[in-house]
Amino acid sequence: MATYLEFIQQNEERDGVRFSWNVWPSSRLEATRMVVPLACLLTPLKERPDLPPVQYEPVLCSRPTCKAVLNPLCQVDYRAKLWACNFCFQRNQFPPAYGGISEVNQPAELMPQFSTIEYMIQRGAQSPLIFLYVVDTCLEEDDLQALKESLQMSLSLLPPDALVGLITFGRMVQVHELSCEGISKSYVFRGTKDLTAKQIQDMLGLTKPATPMQQARPAQPQEHPSVSSRFLQPVHKIDMNLTDLLGELQRDPWPVTQGKRPLRSTGVALSIAVGLLEGTFPNTGARIMLFTGGPPTQGPGMVVGDELKIPIRSWHDIEKDNARFMKKATKHYEMLANRTAANGHCIDIYACALDQTGLLEMKCCANLTGGYMVMGDSFNTSLFKQTFQRIFTKDFNGDFRMAFGATLDVKTSRELKIAGAIGPCVSLNVKGPCVSENELGVGGTSQWKICGLDPTSTLGIYFEVVNQHNAPIPQGGRGAIQFVTRYQHSSTQRRIRVTTIARNWADAQTQLRHIEAAFDQEAAAVLMARLGVFRAESEEGPDVLRWLDRQLIRLCQKFGQYNKEDPASFRLSDSFSLYPQFMFHLRRSPFLQVFNNSPDESSYYRHHFARQDLTQSLIMIQPILYSYSFHGPPEPVLLDSSSILADRILLMDTFFQIVIYLGETIAQWRKAGYQDMPEYENFKHLLQAPLDDAQEILQARFPMPRYINTEHGGSQARFLLSKVNPSQTHNNHYAWGQETGAPILTDDVSLQVFMDHLKKLAVSSAC
Amino acid sequence: MNVNQSIPPVPPFGQPQPVYPGYHQSSYSGQSGSTAPAIPYGAYNGPVPAYQQTPPQGISRALPSSGAPPASTAQAACGQVAYGQFGQGDVQNGPSSTVQMQRLPGSQPFGSPLAPVGSQPAVLQPYGPPPTSTQVTAQLAGMQISGAVAPAPPSSGLGYGPPTSLASASGSFPNSGLYGSYPQGQASPISQAQGHPGIQTPQQSALSQASSFTPPASGGPRLPSMTGPLLPGQDFGGPSVSQPNHVSSPPPQALPPGTQMTGSLGPPPPMHSPQQPGYQPQQNGSFGSARGPQPNYGSPYPAAPTFGSQPGPPQPLPPKRLDPDAIPSPIQVIEDDRNNRGTEPFVTGVRGQVPPLVTTNFLVKDQGNASPRYIRCTSYNIPCTSDMAKQAQVPLAAVIKPLARLPPDEASPYVVDHGESGPLRCNRCKAYMCPFMQFIEGGRRFQCCFCSCINDVPPQYFQHLDHTGKRVDAYDRPELSLGSYEFLATVDYCKNNKFPSPPAFIFMIDVSYNAIRTGLVRLLCEELKSLLDFLPREGGAEESAIRVGFVTYNKVLHFYNVKSSLAQPQMMVVSDVADMFVPLLDGFLVNVSESRAVITSLLDQIPEMFADTRETETVFVPVIQAGMEALKAAECAGKLFLFHTSLPIAEAPGKLKNRDDRKLINTDKEKTLFQPQTGAYQTLAKECVAQGCCIDLFLFPNQYVDVATLSVVPQLTGGSVYKYACFQVENDQERFLSDLRRDVQKVVGFDAVMRVRTSTGIRAVDFFGAFYMSNTTDVELAGLDGDKTVTVEFKHDDRLNEESGALLQCALLYTSCAGQRRLRIHNLALNCCTQLADLYRNCETDTLINYMAKFAYRGVLNSPVKAVRDTLITQCAQILACYRKNCASPSSTGQLILPECMKLLPVYLNCVLKSDVLQPGAEVTTDDRAYVRQLVTSMDVAETNVFFYPRLLPLTKSPIESTTEPPAVRASEERLSNGDIYLLENGLNLFLWVGASVQQGVVQSLFSVSSFSQITSGLSVLPVLDNPLSKKVRGLIDSLRAQRSRYMKLIVVKQEDKLEMLFKHFLVEDKSLSGGASYVDFLCHMHKEIRQLLS
Repeated sequence: MATYLEFIQQNEERDGVRFSWNVWPSSRLEATRMVVPLACLLTPLKERPDLPPVQYEPVLCSRPTCKAVLNPLCQVDYRAKLWACNFCFQRNQFPPAYGGISEVNQPAELMPQFSTIEYMIQRGAQSPLIFLYVVDTCLEEDDLQALKESLQMSLSLLPPDALVGLITFGRMVQVHELSCEGISKSYVFRGTKDLTAKQIQDMLGLTKPATPMQQARPAQPQEHPSVSSRFLQPVHKIDMNLTDLLGELQRDPWPVTQGKRPLRSTGVALSIAVGLLEGTFPNTGARIMLFTGGPPTQGPGMVVGDELKIPIRSWHDIEKDNARFMKKATKHYEMLANRTAANGHCIDIYACALDQTGLLEMKCCANLTGGYMVMGDSFNTSLFKQTFQRIFTKDFNGDFRMAFGATLDVKTSRELKIAGAIGPCVSLNVKGPCVSENELGVGGTSQWKICGLDPTSTLGIYFEVVNQHNAPIPQGGRGAIQFVTRYQHSSTQRRIRVTTIARNWADAQTQLRHIEAAFDQEAAAVLMARLGVFRAESEEGPDVLRWLDRQLIRLCQKFGQYNKEDPASFRLSDSFSLYPQFMFHLRRSPFLQVFNNSPDESSYYRHHFARQDLTQSLIMIQPILYSYSFHGPPEPVLLDSSSILADRILLMDTFFQIVIYLGETIAQWRKAGYQDMPEYENFKHLLQAPLDDAQEILQARFPMPRYINTEHGGSQARFLLSKVNPSQTHNNHYAWGQETGAPILTDDVSLQVFMDHLKKLAVSSAC
Repeated sequence: MNVNQSIPPVPPFGQPQPVYPGYHQSSYSGQSGSTAPAIPYGAYNGPVPAYQQTPPQGISRALPSSGAPPASTAQAACGQVAYGQFGQGDVQNGPSSTVQMQRLPGSQPFGSPLAPVGSQPAVLQPYGPPPTSTQVTAQLAGMQISGAVAPAPPSSGLGYGPPTSLASASGSFPNSGLYGSYPQGQASPISQAQGHPGIQTPQQSALSQASSFTPPASGGPRLPSMTGPLLPGQDFGGPSVSQPNHVSSPPPQALPPGTQMTGSLGPPPPMHSPQQPGYQPQQNGSFGSARGPQPNYGSPYPAAPTFGSQPGPPQPLPPKRLDPDAIPSPIQVIEDDRNNRGTEPFVTGVRGQVPPLVTTNFLVKDQGNASPRYIRCTSYNIPCTSDMAKQAQVPLAAVIKPLARLPPDEASPYVVDHGESGPLRCNRCKAYMCPFMQFIEGGRRFQCCFCSCINDVPPQYFQHLDHTGKRVDAYDRPELSLGSYEFLATVDYCKNNKFPSPPAFIFMIDVSYNAIRTGLVRLLCEELKSLLDFLPREGGAEESAIRVGFVTYNKVLHFYNVKSSLAQPQMMVVSDVADMFVPLLDGFLVNVSESRAVITSLLDQIPEMFADTRETETVFVPVIQAGMEALKAAECAGKLFLFHTSLPIAEAPGKLKNRDDRKLINTDKEKTLFQPQTGAYQTLAKECVAQGCCIDLFLFPNQYVDVATLSVVPQLTGGSVYKYACFQVENDQERFLSDLRRDVQKVVGFDAVMRVRTSTGIRAVDFFGAFYMSNTTDVELAGLDGDKTVTVEFKHDDRLNEESGALLQCALLYTSCAGQRRLRIHNLALNCCTQLADLYRNCETDTLINYMAKFAYRGVLNSPVKAVRDTLITQCAQILACYRKNCASPSSTGQLILPECMKLLPVYLNCVLKSDVLQPGAEVTTDDRAYVRQLVTSMDVAETNVFFYPRLLPLTKSPIESTTEPPAVRASEERLSNGDIYLLENGLNLFLWVGASVQQGVVQSLFSVSSFSQITSGLSVLPVLDNPLSKKVRGLIDSLRAQRSRYMKLIVVKQEDKLEMLFKHFLVEDKSLSGGASYVDFLCHMHKEIRQLLS
């Protein structure tokens, strides 16, 4: 097994790919019986410091429907200067530049260690990155001030030649012209009116009437750039101007009467931002960064009315079909998101408010375009400030960790077809021979667009084995998949990253052990979770849980070892052993449970779940719990109520929250001030240790987690208590007398109960 | 003219001839008598005197009041004598320059009645001589006479018949040696025609008589009569006297009354020759065709045949004319009024007094009735019953100018504060406390003078009554002793029960290519910088409370944030013109002194920012909408100053297309040219009114901009429209800036509602002016300034009582420039009469014309222009016919008899009929017509007066030292001497006409060039030269401009130059190129209409 673990890890490091199955069942029928589909988590831009891009373009298969890239799996005839495509078997001539090719003189893409390779395209005009700030001015004074400072600060982080633009909104939407001397100029739009892209461009004067163009033909070359960039100017030219402009930004001046929400035209502001970029810089990397401090309250995309007495929709309202603006708003934002995606731009949402801000409706903007979604309580918190700053961090090359306008093209060998993808992408609707009719996630295509991605952006890609049972694959045959990601690097170059992987086929009837051993339960858990979340977004919650349970039971039936009707005999092999536990926590996770979460929170959690890599995703599913004590070095402990002990300090990382929990005794000690006494310095160190570790996590994570420092009995302890497995509750009091743990006041089933049921069902012949 | 129609199938001959002959020949005598009446015109002074004198002779002029009647009697009395008198009368009226010239001695006649009188004798002669005059008389005689001549029973029928061919006339003349000569002399029928002008007739008659009878005698009598008339004034109403009524023919008798004109003249043939020459040329020029009708007058013997056939206009050839000098002269009337009434203050204490004419300078003392500066009525004596009113057809209307500016020596209305309870009002009809309220029961109650309701006097207002039943404190309280005063309004009188905030001015500047190119934007921005210091302020306030805002626009709008705390202005562009809104709240409307630096910076930058603009399209409705929304957001009333250059063709609400189509003129669809293209403008205007947002529109069009549509909003919001066609900074800068300064600085009342209450029996039924009405009683004005006038028409709904009279109370609720809510009250008491004669004696023609013009100008929106004109003519004819029938003493129908107070009605009405709106010339654009139409709608009486009958001032006639304005001359080409220079003004235009043979010295001292030919035609500025003449002329121009609410741009016109056509357009007594009738022609036509009505 160790070999498989290594293999998996090695593959992940090299290619950024984790498959649920690393040996593939060779027939369709068998594949479906495996319960967990053949799928992978792909991190297209996984950072590879050791992988310098090659400075030429890839060689493509000449078959128009294939166009696969030359890769190490191809058979090459060095003498004839031919290569055979391993996907369609087309024989291709090498291009002239490859004239000197030979066994000893191979281009990089033919070397096995370059199963992932990055090409740099020199062609085409390079256009600078674009950052369009869309700023809500209906904020509290200090919030606005903090936001203004963050924005001003960000100017210094942008590449000097990047274009920036500013749109502010409140009751009205203002598009600021940035190059004006002596007078500051902005275009103002009513916040209640939806405008088409054409109207917006007309109103901004971005479309030149036909006649003047003809008249002024000689002058046109100079004129055009100035027109299109009136609202988007290079940072280095206008950073003083813009800094002043941001400094002068005032709260929305329109009066808000008692009992009303400020009128906030988020929908129109976004629409204008999208329209502006659409008209001026289509298909160029651009981020629309929306900073909002409350829900949209007017115009298209409004989420709640301005009457404070009518609260914003809750899950309860949604279930009762009582959220009157939701559908319309969602439609508005979806339309915007699709347009944005079509233009290759992405939308970030930074929503900081104590109440909901309408992320539920707006989520598609970030989800479909690969933008970020950040939720916080206030712009005046380090959570926001640092998260925002982190967007502009640079990699080891000094480049921003962001890429734009990517298309992911997936090619499979003929035994496989593509069922779909789940992640921050939209379908490009490219049908091809390798597209399956059965969809899982966003399907029906072999290409997706990912408008914004970073080194951790991860997609789940699902496949279907289509090889028929009666057409066995020869022994030793391998299936291959090629991922071609074309994107705009943050240095504005166009690049293509190609990853080609291959796995062995195995006959499930004869070689089930192999297949079983090659099961990657972590990847499988995440991939199933993504499927579950994807379903939850579109279906009712309980159905998803039932579906998830059934899948789990079927998996156990298939791969467990047991005697019929004898739960006690049930065993799972090591490669499956953790899987049920993941599922247990997944069922309790905010991704599938909406209880106790607002619709916005659910959207926020799901957004991040659908784009993080495997490690982070696992943390989200099953938070990590460390225990600190005088008994030894910090150790990971079970996420269980039994781990909550009086003399321990616990550090829990749920991805979204970092919770430090002081056990009862520790808390008392600290209260007594022992840490300040020199003779108890060790206690001081003990207190400090989890803080340091937490800092480490905080430093690395995006978005910044909520940092919670609490103690036994503290109100915030609920964050911990809601996560741990309730092995002791008020219902099984008998445990109270025992040495360990703290009871959780819940009716939720514990892992033990869950497992018992699972076993019972798995061995039952009824299902 | 009537003549033609003269219907009188009768052997024209008989009649006509008789007339003429009548005069001269003894046989006619009788007839002559008849003719005389025709003269009435000359009437004026003449008549009066005549009357008086006559009285002895004739009968009594004592007769009834109105001059007319007397005339008839007079006639009866003695033909001849009468004539003589008439003649005189005529003279006076007549005094047309030419005539004068000829008359030599009499020349002065123009001047004052007296003078004329004196001169008359002499004059007479001249007349006589001037063939014209004679002719005229003849003609008139013809006309009138014909009728008059009743003598020949047949005549009546024929009366006019004669009209026809002059030739015939001439033929007829033969009878009298004199005549005979005339005709010949006249050769040109035209000349005769001119003569015709009803007026002359009288003279002629007089002359004739004079000649035949006793010229001298006549002369003598006249003088006296003249003077007399003044006294008799009673009879006639005005000093001017009897003249008014000009009767035609029934000369003899008429004579006495003086008014009539008879065809006397036999006038000195000799004279003729001289005159004729003079006339002819002129006439030819102007009258050309006109004669046609006139000819009729002269009833030619030979014509007889003609008649039959030609009754109508056809008789071009032999036109005979009335003597222009013999028909009532506006100049004369104005002069008389000035002399008679300009010296004494007009005290308003007495009910039903007719105030002096608007052209007269007089002081008003408010003793209980509103000053005529605030309210003028068409009649100060209202018929008691609606039947009477219907019969008379005299419109009962009041022209109200609630915020009129007063001369410095008259106090503006006192402000009364009745405290928290607000102004005291009648509980039932809500009329405000006024001097006419009757306190009873020892002062504990008062009876409303409007609805008779008895109200309790609130304790805090109680006061004892004196022995006359008057409150002891009556003279301490303006509302109990004055005609006009103001109340402070309480919060109940405010919108939303909140005291208003100070109003705001928003300047909205077109910055499209056209506006930039002409330099308008730069000029305007530069001017605004200093102009903003002169915003209107209340009383002694140190600085104006008014806030200002700025917007520029082409096809999008740019708002500016000029908050004082900003380092630089902020511009906010709103491109969503389809759905206008105001993008900012704070900093758009600012206090000038606080934000001065930012504003200055903005005004400096605007011209620069758009210097390179290529945008030619503009929007309009969204601009106003934006301004209105801004005021709404700021919760205040205010005014938008809109500077606009072109037809708004950009895609936006209120988008217009060019629909100018001259082919529509004179068709049933012509009215569409005056109607707005879309309803969007009215809708918008309504919203503006609701917000108290008044729009002043400055237009700078290069081509058609559809003024009819664009002016809808200013019109309905009480704003003004200024139009500067083909604006160029060099030429039009002064006019524009001057108008702008005045417009910005003038005091305005905002968000006003006006209501006119009347005592029981009459009711305000119709309103004209620049305002909006959402119901039938309240006149809503978003803004109202001191130049705006509302004309209100009244109708009976019950019987009136002679004793109690009729009361008007006009209450205007408005917000002052400082944001104070006030009520201004004007009260006016009128008399009521059971005799039509009283009505006719207390009319004011200027006001009548004001009403009729407004009525007609509104009519063109809905009816074909032709129909509108016909309506006017018919109404005028009915008014005069009613007078003739009911008030004038019986006389021959051939005589035209006009009431003294209305003797100018025909000439003024003709001016209205010929105005650009009702009869456009080829060079008048659709925009001009629409512009004038809306302008007239809110003009006051003084403005309409000069607008329709321009002032023509000779510059070199009077001695250079004289500081007063030179006496005007009648607006006719005949009155121009080519050796002189004239100024002509009508309130909008100012011309300086230079005769071709003007002295070189004059040219030099005025233009600084050596000869006539070197004067630049179309010059708009006179060089500043240091010599008395130049100073005087420039001083005069300045003073004329100062009198008018709009700056009049000067245009120098040289005789016989191309531009002269433009100038001639304003010589309203002449036949106009566009087909408008000459005064004389029109008078004849009117006479005919009247005769028709009478028969």
